[in-house]
Amino acid sequence: MRALLIRDLRLALRAGGGFGLGLAFFLIVVVLVPFSVGPSSELLSRIAAGVLWLGALLACLLSLDRLLAVDWEDGALDLLATSPLPLEGVVAVKAVAHWITTGLPLVLAAPVLGVLLNLPGPGYGPLVISLALGTPALSMIGAFGAALTVGIKRGGLLLSLLVLPLYVPTLIFGAEVARRGAQGLDTSTPMLLLAGITCAVLALMPFAAAAVLRVNLR
Amino acid sequence: MELTVSDLTVARGGVPILAGVQFVLAPGRALVLRGPNGSGKTTLLRTVAGLQPAMAGTVAGAEERIAYAAHADGLKAALTVAENLAFWASVFGGASIEPALDAFDLRALAGRRAGHLSAGQKRRLGLARLMVTGREIWVLDEPTVSLDVASVAMFADAVRGHLAGGGMALIATHIDLGLEADVLDVTPFRALAWDVAGSDEAFL
Repeated sequence: MRALLIRDLRLALRAGGGFGLGLAFFLIVVVLVPFSVGPSSELLSRIAAGVLWLGALLACLLSLDRLLAVDWEDGALDLLATSPLPLEGVVAVKAVAHWITTGLPLVLAAPVLGVLLNLPGPGYGPLVISLALGTPALSMIGAFGAALTVGIKRGGLLLSLLVLPLYVPTLIFGAEVARRGAQGLDTSTPMLLLAGITCAVLALMPFAAAAVLRVNLR
Repeated sequence: MELTVSDLTVARGGVPILAGVQFVLAPGRALVLRGPNGSGKTTLLRTVAGLQPAMAGTVAGAEERIAYAAHADGLKAALTVAENLAFWASVFGGASIEPALDAFDLRALAGRRAGHLSAGQKRRLGLARLMVTGREIWVLDEPTVSLDVASVAMFADAVRGHLAGGGMALIATHIDLGLEADVLDVTPFRALAWDVAGSDEAFL
């Protein structure tokens, strides 16, 4: 499984791997928001947490349709399914690789981009922690969506429609943590709920994703 | 241990294609599947490999012993030949890639990216993958597509070496590989059209 992770990371970093796509999208969204809503710093600091979370979520979504589709197209998924690796493990490793190449850069970039949106001082810690807790769930849910739509030509739209409702709880509690943090309120309740959602997703989704993948490989 | 396929019915898209397929593959033996296009060879191989469930019948002795190679080689264009092979070697338990590089004459290409190979060279790399899996049963679907005469001979040698080591091979092919192999024509097993309704009812 470590070999698979290393291969996926290597592929993402090499030319054409799509590494940085999500990060670039995140950067563009956040940079453009002040232009679209106006330069009022009071308004920006009020919406900063929500915009950063929404931007991160959409950036995650953008790169999902290649998560399993590439391996499906070149036949590697069939070969992985007949290999000694359990399919649950394959999907989980794919999600981890997606998180490292997409989610983690977003977590690291978020505080820098928070400056652009005039995010209040106490909000930076909760923002980074909430993104670090929430983005693994986004990647894992995304892997489930990718497993559902693997083999469908242009399945990206269907994937987005299937995955977005599943993203809503993570977005609600993640953005709530960041918003409360920015206002200097207590963040522990939404933080625990966010962590709970992520734990449940990480525990259950690999099995769901592997089950639908088995059906789709037929 | 033998690979035993008994009374197997395989389906594609819910429609049975082959019914009552029987064969036994003993260690050191190869079985060549023949039949016209669309006769169900690929579906049969995928079922034996465990990629799709059988509609009826059993495949015994196949678990965790099969190395499958189909039309797509599962190569990554951005990785070199050696990296592609090394990846599959470590997935299947870390065999050395050196014998495979030699057997399929890939040593000169080892540092080349798979995306820059010709179709025949890609195929050779895809087949070299079989050797690093260390699996006993090779299930091969049209392995000689886009190979030239010399490469086909190279491949036949690799299969012979595998069989001599107690391995088995199940090969769907149209050309004569020059192997000492049993031949199974799948045409007589073709499922009859009027079986469809009954089978669907029974299995859905």
